[in-house]
Amino acid sequence: LSPGKFGTGILSYFSFLRFLVLLNFIIFLLMFGLIILPIIIVSHSSANMTFVQQYGSECTDYPSSVRRGLVLFHQYIIDLLSGTGFLEQTYLFYGYYNVDLVRFSRFTYNVPLAYLLATFAYLFLSLVWIVKRSVAGFKQNLVQDEDRFQSFCNKIFSGWDFCITDENAAKLKRSSLLYELRTDLEEERIKQKIADRTFKERCRIYLIRLVLNLFVVTILAGCFYCIYRATIYSQERQTLKLQTNFILDLIVEYLPSIVITLGNFITPLMFDVIIQFEDYSPAFEIRFTLMRCVFMRLASIGVLLFSLWSQITHCETDDTVPCPCGYNHQLYPCWESRVGQEMYKLMIFDFIIISAVTVFVEFPRKLIVTHCDCGLAKWWGQQEFAIPQNVLEIVYGQTICWIGTFYSPLLPAISTIKYFIIFYIKKVTLMKNCRPATRPFRASSSNFFFLAVLLIGLAMACVPVGVSIAQISSSKACGPFVNYTTSWQVLPQVVSELPTGLSEFLYAISSEAFAVSFFVVTCLAMFYFIALAGAHKRVVNQLREQLAMEGRDKRFLIQKLCQAQKRLASRQPRAAPLSSGSSVAQYQYSSQNRNNSGVLLEQPPATSATHA
Amino acid sequence: MGNKQTIFTDEQLDAYQDCTFFTRKEILRLHGRYHELAPNLVPMDYTNDPDVKLPLQLIINMPELKENPFRNRIVESFSEDGQGNLSFNDFVDMFSVLSEMAPRELKAIYAFKIYDFNTDNFICKEDLEKTLNKLTREELTAEEVNLVCDKVIEEADLDGDGKLAFADFENMISRAPDFLSTFHIRI
Repeated sequence: LSPGKFGTGILSYFSFLRFLVLLNFIIFLLMFGLIILPIIIVSHSSANMTFVQQYGSECTDYPSSVRRGLVLFHQYIIDLLSGTGFLEQTYLFYGYYNVDLVRFSRFTYNVPLAYLLATFAYLFLSLVWIVKRSVAGFKQNLVQDEDRFQSFCNKIFSGWDFCITDENAAKLKRSSLLYELRTDLEEERIKQKIADRTFKERCRIYLIRLVLNLFVVTILAGCFYCIYRATIYSQERQTLKLQTNFILDLIVEYLPSIVITLGNFITPLMFDVIIQFEDYSPAFEIRFTLMRCVFMRLASIGVLLFSLWSQITHCETDDTVPCPCGYNHQLYPCWESRVGQEMYKLMIFDFIIISAVTVFVEFPRKLIVTHCDCGLAKWWGQQEFAIPQNVLEIVYGQTICWIGTFYSPLLPAISTIKYFIIFYIKKVTLMKNCRPATRPFRASSSNFFFLAVLLIGLAMACVPVGVSIAQISSSKACGPFVNYTTSWQVLPQVVSELPTGLSEFLYAISSEAFAVSFFVVTCLAMFYFIALAGAHKRVVNQLREQLAMEGRDKRFLIQKLCQAQKRLASRQPRAAPLSSGSSVAQYQYSSQNRNNSGVLLEQPPATSATHA
Repeated sequence: MGNKQTIFTDEQLDAYQDCTFFTRKEILRLHGRYHELAPNLVPMDYTNDPDVKLPLQLIINMPELKENPFRNRIVESFSEDGQGNLSFNDFVDMFSVLSEMAPRELKAIYAFKIYDFNTDNFICKEDLEKTLNKLTREELTAEEVNLVCDKVIEEADLDGDGKLAFADFENMISRAPDFLSTFHIRI
């Protein structure tokens, strides 16, 4: 993958993908080591384990979902693809973890506590790793901002890479330079236009933007409503357990995923059209459309989860009386497994779609364009590797993984394998089907952009996980948190059992007084750094102005010197004008300075003392 | 270390090593390249400093320079007569300045010479227009070229005379992050 052929943006994309494979693998190791490994060790060694107590009540009734009797083959396929049936009673899903304590010879291992802490650990680990990776890119971004201030000079005098020897690479470089120059000119033109706008025009533009933004909001609301209805319909059909047709069953199971994917496919096209009417500068257009697409992708997962929550916490009997078990135990005896299944389905479908699009759209497109000479082929053109859309795809998949790992601890393993295969699929399609992008993606900011979007995904993933841990009652029929009201309850209980000193210290940290003062101190630190950054920027501007003034001062002084020497020369005609002339000429670079045979190559030509 | 080459005397090779950024091996390799451009003109024996100059046309067809839009100016800047006829010393000079070991100040001096098309020691607006047209193969409209040149002068001209003197150019280059990596030819 040479940067010369496709650009450094594409290299950043693949290194980002590699980073995600590694991250998922580490998360898997974390979950495996903290939760599954003790259980496995216990069943093969002499340690003792206690299972979660299930007080016989209606809440603990968990009908087995393993199919009995004569099972048709295609039902196994449905089970495999949607995580029901035989897959439900495996380590894949939350419901199978029913070990409470593991007593080793020297200590007891609290499995529910480990489960909860492992969840926090993987979220925190992801955060730290992403921030560490983005700091390097952020620093470069700030420094590269200098580019804004000399962008034309940089492009003209250091834009052409003298190392290019290949004709195609030269053509590519030329077209990318052309595009960059044109974009920059366009930006200048738009800046000028914005500055020239009259009051009436500005009102008109703001009105148009308001209307179009409302339109965008309605589109998004419409999509979210479709997702909501699709989820509810799919859930209802699943609980009825109707088994009609194989294909129909599969479609019903995957209905939310299908709707989400359709939405994610159509909305970027609409956003691309809408943004053209809003009259922003080109750079802002790209960023704003991207933000809208990011919001669409991540919020659709949120809507799916929200509709699941509403189903889970809604009991049919009475809306005013809260559910007897805290959740709808008739439809969802083990709701965490069900959520895990939805995440599992989303992930599998995402993987199927990416592979299918590559195989069934991109390869035929390349075949058509190279062999067929019709108008359609010419208009469609060869595939370009669109970096932003590809990045959004993989961030979407990673967000699903982060949310789903709490409900399905083996999901990171599936995610690792999925990204690994996608890496090679994308590489092959890049080599075979894509031509280099005519619009180069700014490499300096691309690394930072990928990690920023990933951080947004992480923040978005923390919200549902946090809500379900803290708010929604855990299942009483399955899982490690049967003995607690909510999953969070493990922590206060364990803390209360710790020795008094430690537990008091932990209570103090989590009290409001500490939290508020910590928040205030953080705000103060943030304001300080913002003020510092502002001061630095002002200093930079002042230095720049000083530099310009120095140049003018020098010119003024040289003129004075010339005048003084002219006066001197006119008073004493015999004084050699050569010395005065040469001291002025030496200020300007003289090409006569090269001596023979490159003896003086290492020293720049001698300049006079006035040249500071 | 044992290979008896008869192209240069040891003193010559030492002198080249001192004056350029190349090692002995690289200088011999450069001589090989110079020789294969015109085997009939370039003698294999340089011990008595023959006065051989290769014309511009031969140099700009080298694979390293073929795709470079500024190849003519580069060769002209390193030639003594300003017409692009390079002796072997000029040839080595050229690749030495363009190698990755040359310091920024040295590269800036020669970059200034290269972009100064009318050799008046200033990069004026006409020079900039020619530079831009060579870079984009004249695919920008005249108005766009005009705008870009105005912006460049606005950004880099410190003393306000409407053209870039070497001081302006050097100051601007010192703040261009990519200059060292792009102003580099590998041979």
